[in-house]
Amino acid sequence: MDFLSYLINGLGLGSVYAIIALGYTMVYGIAKMLNFAHGDVIMIGAYVAFFAISDMGLPLLPAILLSVAVCTVLGVLIERLAYKPLRSASALSVLITAIGVSYFLQNAAQLLWSSSTKVFPSVIANGGISSGGLTVSWLTLITIGVCILVMICLSLFINRTKTGRAMRACSEDKGASTLMGINVNRMISITFAIGSGLAAIASVLLCAAYPSVYPTLGAMPGIKAFTAAVFGGIGSIPGAFLGGLLLGVIEIFAKAYISTQLSDAIVFAVLILVLLIKPTGLLGKRIREKV
Amino acid sequence: MDESRRPVLEVRELGIDFGGLTAVNDLNMEVYRGEIVGLIGPNGAGKTTVFNMLTRVYQPTRGSIIFDGKDTTGCSVVDMNRAGVARTFQNIRLFSGLSVADNVRTGFHGRIVYSPFEAIFRLPSYRTKERLITGQMKELLEIFGLSEERDNLASNLPYGAQRRLEIARALATQPKLLLLDEPAAGMNPQETQELMAMIRKVRDHFNTSILLIEHDMKLVMGICERITVLNYGMMLAQGTPEEIRSNPEVIKAYLGD
Amino acid sequence: MGAEKKKIKLPVFLTKPRYRSRVASFSIILAGWLILEIMMHTGNLSSLFTSLLVPVCCYIVAAIGLNLNVGISGELNLGQACFMSVGAFTAVCLSGSMAGSVSSPLLRLILAMVAGAVAAAFFGLIIGIPVLKLEGDYLAIVTLAFGQIIKSLITNMYLGFDAAGFHFSFVDNKVELQPGGKMLLNGPMGATGTERISTFSAGVVLILISLIVVFHLMYSRSGRAIMAARDNRIAAESVGIEIFRTKMLAFIVSSCLAGAAGALYGLNYSTLVPAKFDFNTSILLLVYVVLGGLGNMTGTIIATVVLVLLPELLRSMQDYRMLIYAIVLILIMLLTNNETIRTWTMRITRKLRRQTNG
Repeated sequence: MDFLSYLINGLGLGSVYAIIALGYTMVYGIAKMLNFAHGDVIMIGAYVAFFAISDMGLPLLPAILLSVAVCTVLGVLIERLAYKPLRSASALSVLITAIGVSYFLQNAAQLLWSSSTKVFPSVIANGGISSGGLTVSWLTLITIGVCILVMICLSLFINRTKTGRAMRACSEDKGASTLMGINVNRMISITFAIGSGLAAIASVLLCAAYPSVYPTLGAMPGIKAFTAAVFGGIGSIPGAFLGGLLLGVIEIFAKAYISTQLSDAIVFAVLILVLLIKPTGLLGKRIREKV
Repeated sequence: MDESRRPVLEVRELGIDFGGLTAVNDLNMEVYRGEIVGLIGPNGAGKTTVFNMLTRVYQPTRGSIIFDGKDTTGCSVVDMNRAGVARTFQNIRLFSGLSVADNVRTGFHGRIVYSPFEAIFRLPSYRTKERLITGQMKELLEIFGLSEERDNLASNLPYGAQRRLEIARALATQPKLLLLDEPAAGMNPQETQELMAMIRKVRDHFNTSILLIEHDMKLVMGICERITVLNYGMMLAQGTPEEIRSNPEVIKAYLGD
Repeated sequence: MGAEKKKIKLPVFLTKPRYRSRVASFSIILAGWLILEIMMHTGNLSSLFTSLLVPVCCYIVAAIGLNLNVGISGELNLGQACFMSVGAFTAVCLSGSMAGSVSSPLLRLILAMVAGAVAAAFFGLIIGIPVLKLEGDYLAIVTLAFGQIIKSLITNMYLGFDAAGFHFSFVDNKVELQPGGKMLLNGPMGATGTERISTFSAGVVLILISLIVVFHLMYSRSGRAIMAARDNRIAAESVGIEIFRTKMLAFIVSSCLAGAAGALYGLNYSTLVPAKFDFNTSILLLVYVVLGGLGNMTGTIIATVVLVLLPELLRSMQDYRMLIYAIVLILIMLLTNNETIRTWTMRITRKLRRQTNG
């Protein structure tokens, strides 16, 4: 029974990672950049949801919607102001700019809302479903449910809509997409918007589980989710889901069966092992250089 | 046995598949010492793939490559170069961040060897060997008319000079067999003429055999002693320029039915 | 006769770019050293700046190493801080255990730095084997992963030293020491009670040594191979360069320098926590390298000094200083990399150069 409950908790944590990892992987797929500021968008999302619920007294759903709206705008704004002027620059320059944006968001949050930790109100009822010796909290069920919903919506969007197809075309070949009349800049903006919106959803799920809000809140989930994206093969959307879920399960199992202190080390060791066996992640494509 | 009649390269029943698609099949050919051999064929015939197998960038699926009397199965790209195969690339591959001089110097990597320790502590052996490298590098640049460009970045050279630099770099590895992949691509007739003279000079001066891929028939017919024609990954014909010129199969492959 | 005299032949170290960069970086370091030493002795240097001198040297050395890895070898490394960590804690433990047997602090510092460098180089070798089998962003994430692993391993290490020798335990502290014994590593609390033996002069010497090592390596057979492998992997192999071995050399030298820098850093503070060398420190070093220019060692030195001092100089801005730091960072990247601005600056420098030449 323990095993099963760990597994479900792992899937719950993994669902959050998966939703965040989507933001990394989609942006990487289309803009070929590692968006290090993505974790800090989560942090902003958490603060917005916090103020919406505690100060403005909004119910949960409108608060989430507000958070999603703010993060979406923020994501697009960051892309426009900081990344778009560097479209032709080296990947490393864009990376450093993303780090600058990350510092900026963290310090802005600290100035605006102080560095002290705020306690996120409990938004999802305690308790859950029990059957036999197994208890699954509502929160875990909702988190997994949200993740599945996001997965279905996103794959429908990517595969069935015209915009989704245009986005895939851009990630394959930007030049050819432009020739086909696709507005590449618009597609990149949409990608950032979706990724940041998902980050807001993830932030609420994260804070419901770990109810403290502070300026560097996004750093560790950011790194973990980024790892998850690489784990699944960066650039691949199903890969981000798979990577996120696996990472969550591994982390919970490592904590339960091996050592709490070493759980992070174990997660990263598994990542290294996977990459040694499959150098482009679980579902990543290998591009053969033409000689 | 006459030294010149011993093949430096023997290719036996060579073939490669890419995911079920056969790119080259059942290729037999040889290159003798001091010979200039042409490898021609329509676009997509698999010529560059042959080069990639000869240098072991791709591992062949079937057949064997015997270089200098030794079977090369299991060799890496580096092993092939150490054994004496050097090449140029269809899409020029220079070290763009290095100067012209340093591009040639890298060519001596496997020939004039010293350890990083000798370099860090600037031991006397470092100085003697660097002097040796620089001396030979200057000679090569002189031959290829690149002395003036010595300190420029390789990426700043005009196209023709980049092709010459690639040949110079390949020769620095002191090859027994030099593979030239479309050396005249993008050159005007004047430059192509000079290139022909240069290829002959390279063969005589460096005592090396040359296998070249080229679309410029004037160049191929002008300097190659023997020609192998590829079509759809298969060998279509082999022989002297005169034989190839009058071969009806070859004419058909090039002009269509 | 007069016309002949006008043509002054400049010495070779001023005309050739490869010598020019070396002369520039050496003179900056030596001039900086001289000025700061004078200021220190005349009492013109605030205690805040004095306390920053050694850390700046450490960051410079680690950043020079990282530049060898990122700029010269072309592999993105997001875990340079973990090699500093290995060097620092090796040095602290060694220095702590030698306190009784080696009395000269300078000798102890040198031994500890050598040990730190060797330990970090060894870790570089072990980590390099899996890391350098990968490419591009996958390689970067594995360096990040190793950074996290090393950090959490050191966070869980307990090491004590007494008359009977070393006592070690992992995860749970089971070290029991005889009276007079000393805890060298104390899990998340790291090392405490370290004797502070690092000096600014040692830092300057370390910078000079690392510059010599990197420059001597760059302008040699191995250095050319490293750069060739970076510029064109397949062409490099085709001239007989073993890519893995070559990249490994750069990786090991880079981690070795970080280890020496970490050793100096560790021995500059009485307490040192493993969390000091986290992902953020690795990123900070990367920022110095990219801002200073890939492959440009002089640039790395200047960028490190400026960026370490910038938050201190902005102290009057109080709460806003880190925000301004972030904005400055973004603006520099935008200004130096935007196509329009770059062509504009290039035109100006070309004009200036023509004027000075003509």
